[in-house]
Amino acid sequence: MISVEHLTKHYGTFTAVDNVSFTAATGRVTGFLGPNGAGKSTSMRIMVGLTRPTSGQVTITGRDYRELVNPGLEVGVLLDASAQHAGRTGREILAIAAQTMGLPRSRVAETLARVGLTEEEAGRRVRNYSLGMRQRLGIATALIGDPQVLVLDEPANGLDPAGIRWMRDLLRGFADDGGTVLLSSHLLHEIEVIADDIVVIGQGRIVAQGSKAELLAAAGTLVRTADPAEQDRLARALHEASVVTTPIDGGLRADADPELVGETAHRAGVVLRELRAADGAGLEEMFLELTAETAREGAAA
Amino acid sequence: MTTQIDTATQVPATPAAVAAAAPAPRRVVRPIPMTRLVGVELRKMFDTRAGFWLMASVGIVSVLATAAVILWAPDSAIDQETFSSAIGFPLSVILPIIGLLSVTSEYSQRTGLTTYTLVPWRGRVITAKVIVTLAIGVASMFVALAVGAVGNVLGSAITGLDPVWNVTVQEFGQIVLANVLGMLIGLTLGVLMRSSAAAIVGYFVYSLVLPAALGTLAAFQSWFADLQPWVDVNFAITRLFDQTMTAEYWQQLGVTTLVWLWIPLAIGLRAVLRAEVK
Repeated sequence: MISVEHLTKHYGTFTAVDNVSFTAATGRVTGFLGPNGAGKSTSMRIMVGLTRPTSGQVTITGRDYRELVNPGLEVGVLLDASAQHAGRTGREILAIAAQTMGLPRSRVAETLARVGLTEEEAGRRVRNYSLGMRQRLGIATALIGDPQVLVLDEPANGLDPAGIRWMRDLLRGFADDGGTVLLSSHLLHEIEVIADDIVVIGQGRIVAQGSKAELLAAAGTLVRTADPAEQDRLARALHEASVVTTPIDGGLRADADPELVGETAHRAGVVLRELRAADGAGLEEMFLELTAETAREGAAA
Repeated sequence: MTTQIDTATQVPATPAAVAAAAPAPRRVVRPIPMTRLVGVELRKMFDTRAGFWLMASVGIVSVLATAAVILWAPDSAIDQETFSSAIGFPLSVILPIIGLLSVTSEYSQRTGLTTYTLVPWRGRVITAKVIVTLAIGVASMFVALAVGAVGNVLGSAITGLDPVWNVTVQEFGQIVLANVLGMLIGLTLGVLMRSSAAAIVGYFVYSLVLPAALGTLAAFQSWFADLQPWVDVNFAITRLFDQTMTAEYWQQLGVTTLVWLWIPLAIGLRAVLRAEVK
C-alpha cells in the first residue's frame, strides 16, 4: 500500500504539488492521471526519495522509502525509461540492478523473458532501443527484485496497442497476486484500460479520485433519440424527472442510470436509437472538464 | 495487508487456491553491504565502450610513454626515474578524469534515477565511488611501476648498461599520493558540477589555466613568488612527484588542498546528498 499524505512541493514561488493526499491500495491498480506538468512525476520522485518534499509525507507499506533496507526487493520503480546509459546493453543494465539487490544472475534471463525482450535484443546497446523496448527494460528493472509494490511513471508511453494490452495483463496479474500498483499517464485511454482506481491531478492539485466504477457511474448515461427532433422533448422529460442533462455529440448525457433514462423515454413516448452507460466518453468528458480549468489551455482562455 | 489477500484467495475451495493461501514465508530483506556497492561501482567503470577504453588507456599510455623513452631518451637518461616520470605525467591527466566521470555520468546519462532509487542513501553510493576511484588510482600506479620496470630492463639491455633503479619506496609513495589527490580533485569537480562536460572544463581550468596564471603572476610579481606555494594547489602537489618533501612543503600541501580540495569536496558532497535527481 502506498499512502500519500498532504504532499506539497514548492520551487521558489511555483507550487508543483499542492497538498496531495491519496492511497494506492493493495491488490489494486491505481492510475495517476493528469495533463503534462500536472505534478505526477514530481509526486512520484518524492515517493522514492529522489526529491525532498516541502511538506507532507509518503509511506510505502507503512514505511518511508529511505527506511527500506533494500528498496529494489520491496518497491519496483520506473521513472523514465530513457534515463539509462546509452552505451550499456539491456542485459548489462538488468545485471547491474540484480547485483545491487543481491539477486542471482539467473534472474536476469528470467526477467528478460518475462517482459518479452529476446536474447538478441538484450545484447544490443540501449541507444539502439525503441521507446517501447526501453519501457520493457525499465519494467524488467522494476520487476526483477520481485517487489510487492510498483511505482511506474508513464510506463505505457511508446508501447503499441499489443504492448499496452500486455502491460495491462501483467499489472492485473501483479495486483491479483496481492501487489500494489501505482502508474501514471496523461492519456485517459491507457488509465481506463489498466486501472481499478483513478486519481486525477491538475496543476498540482487532486481534482477527483475514486474507483473507476464510481467515476464511470458519475459519468451517467449516454442516450440518443431515433429522431433528432425528439431530443428536446426527451431532455424536458428528463428535467421533469429532475435529471440533469448535457448535450453531447448528437445525443444527451444524463446524470442518471440507463434504467431511469429508458423508463423516462418510454413514458414520454420517445423512440431511442442508443442507450448506454456513458463509460469512455463520459470519463473523457469528465477528465477534460476536471482539468480544463487547471490545464494550460484553460489557463490561456 | 497480506491477510486481506489470503482470505480473498481462500474462498474458492480448489486445491490450487488452498496452496496459494498457505502462508508464504515472508522474505527476509537484508541490507545492501558496502562491498556489494563497491563491486557494482567497479563494474560500471568498465561496462561501456567509453569506460572500458578510458580504463584501458591507463595501460596503453604507460606502454607508449615507455616506448618513447626507449626510442628517444639519451642513453645516460635511461633509468627508472625517467620512465616513471614519463608515464606519470599523462596518467596524472587521465586519472582525475576517471574520478570525475564516475560521478557525473550518473547525472549526464541520468542513470542516477535508477542508482539512487535502488540505493537511496547517496552518501553510500558516493563512498563506493570514492573507494573504487582510489583503488583504480593505486592499481594504475602499480601498473605504471611494472611497465616502467620492464621498460628500464629493456632500455638498459639496448644501451648495454646496468639498469639503474633510482625510485625509492618513499618516492613511489609520494607519486601515489599525488595521483590520489588528483583523483580526489576530479571527484570534487564531479560532485560540484554534476555534469560531465562542465566538470571536464572545470578540470582543465583547475589543472592548466590556474597553474599558468599563478605561475605568470609569481614570475612577474615578487610579492606573490613567496606566496605561490601557499596558494597554488598544483604547485604544491607537483612537488610530490620530484622533490624531497620538507615540513614546510607538507604544510603548504595541507593548506592548499584544504582550500582547493577538502572544503569544495565537502560542499559538493552536501549538494549531492540534497540535490534533486531528475
